[in-house]
Amino acid sequence: MPVPLNTKRCFALVDCNNFYASCERLFRPDLKQRPVVVLSNNDGCIIARCALAKQIPIPMGAPFHQVKALLKQHQVAVFSSNYALYGDLSNRVMQTLEQLAPKVEIYSIDEAFLELSGLEFGHNLTDFGQHIRSSIQQQLGLPVCIGIAPSKTLAKLANYAAKKYAQFDGVLDVTDPHKRLHILARTPVQEVWGVGRKLAERLQAMNIDTALQLARACPQHIRKKFSVVLARTVNELNGIACLKLDEVQEPKQQIISSRSFGQRVQDKTAMQQAITLYISRAAEKLRAQNSLARQLSVFIRSSRFDQKARFFGDQASLVLESPSSDSRVLQQAAMQLLDRIWRDGPAYAKAGVVLNDLCPVQGLQNSLFTPPPSERSQRLMATIDQLNQKHRGSVFIARQGRDGDWQMQQQFLSPAYTTRWDQLPEVR
Amino acid sequence: MSTEPALRHDTSPDMLGVPADPAGRALPMYLNTVAAGFPSPAQDYLEGCLDLHELLIKHPTATFFVRARGDSMRGAAIFDGDILLVDRALQAQHQDIVIASVNGDMTVKRLLLRPQLMLQAANPKYPSIEIADGMEFELFGVVSSVIHQLKR
Repeated sequence: MPVPLNTKRCFALVDCNNFYASCERLFRPDLKQRPVVVLSNNDGCIIARCALAKQIPIPMGAPFHQVKALLKQHQVAVFSSNYALYGDLSNRVMQTLEQLAPKVEIYSIDEAFLELSGLEFGHNLTDFGQHIRSSIQQQLGLPVCIGIAPSKTLAKLANYAAKKYAQFDGVLDVTDPHKRLHILARTPVQEVWGVGRKLAERLQAMNIDTALQLARACPQHIRKKFSVVLARTVNELNGIACLKLDEVQEPKQQIISSRSFGQRVQDKTAMQQAITLYISRAAEKLRAQNSLARQLSVFIRSSRFDQKARFFGDQASLVLESPSSDSRVLQQAAMQLLDRIWRDGPAYAKAGVVLNDLCPVQGLQNSLFTPPPSERSQRLMATIDQLNQKHRGSVFIARQGRDGDWQMQQQFLSPAYTTRWDQLPEVR
Repeated sequence: MSTEPALRHDTSPDMLGVPADPAGRALPMYLNTVAAGFPSPAQDYLEGCLDLHELLIKHPTATFFVRARGDSMRGAAIFDGDILLVDRALQAQHQDIVIASVNGDMTVKRLLLRPQLMLQAANPKYPSIEIADGMEFELFGVVSSVIHQLKR
């Protein structure tokens, strides 16, 4: 059985409403009354919708080309995803939360858990939630909803209810067990954190349709039939905190950089350029978390949806002689791998690189056979990262090339309002 | 480009050097050769560099930069092309210069709360904008500084 944390806990989940769409609206007051949607990388499908777009309804995940007419008919403002903007605003949200609450776990680009344990004495938690909500609204112009509860799973659920039911005004505190029952009874089981659609179907077969029914299930029985994880969820739904706040994110154990191409690639030079770019991005992430990679894979594939041609896909990996985060070393290895799997003919739709078997720079055992990365190489890479932070893509390995047809399609990209001097919003 | 693997015996002088400052901001650091001669008399008086952020930005997470266009605020020394620092953490007061949106347009003007809500230009060529009921009006933030570069 998972061991419950012994002291009484209190958590809040802060979640930005329709985050990407809200970011796009921030410097565009003219879009206040217009529906807004954001497209995935390469303008593939709908990944974010504002409330007005949801009402139409524009379905989530719909391929852009399928809903083009619908979008036009409703004069929907369409944007390519602008991660420079979302990333900057996300940082600001998280830093603002850190000023307001003692402990913050950044859970995703638009969600954070706060630990409010101890605060429940002498504080009205709903008022505190409203204070957070109005601070972020005023300072960043972004709407958020907040769920407050004695466990993280319940905080998630309270957040869901705060979003769904307008009467809560964006903040719902379910620390009171009686108030909780009401909300649990009205929440379908698939909305519970950690219960996916598949799991929900199995639960429904056992007549567990709502969160309340799951909360009343016997944890031992659930553990036997499903898993320890779901048994923990049952405890969490009963207000027994089993999960603590993870303030420190574990360094990633795998880094993937891959993209679908804007246009199909058939030329090997273009593919080499693409792979080199992905390696540079992946190596940058690797260095940002102070890791080295021991193993590297490259994959290329055509589209499974091409009617005319047969699908082709292949991948290859190798283990580096010594772990590295040097873009040049990784790039050279990736080119060898590409040579191994490249085939003329297929129209490639996607490619990527995967860095595996990561280890921290510090903990690296110096052995006779694994020389440490040279200080020269580390400093060169640090310099490149700094330059690229200021101006994305100003220094790169020559193989990468400047621009190719394979690069991302971002037809509706808004300016990098907050990260580029030449793209600041203008006022008259 | 050379892509030689890491050498075990790196004999470059960097090995003895100072590690690069990760934040990339120059810090004054004097490396004295102490073996002979006198230490620098300034050594004990080293302070940090002056940082414009520290001077101009009180609320970093709530501060946004926008670029002024046109001459409607020249009387307030805001000129075409200037960069305005907008602090959204400040509560707007009567007479503050603010960024606001009126009917969907972002504008920089002086905010008047009395005798009635109004956005006033600092140039007689431009009429004041009275904010009437039914107009779409939203305050974006208070302008806290103007950066006017004489040479670019």
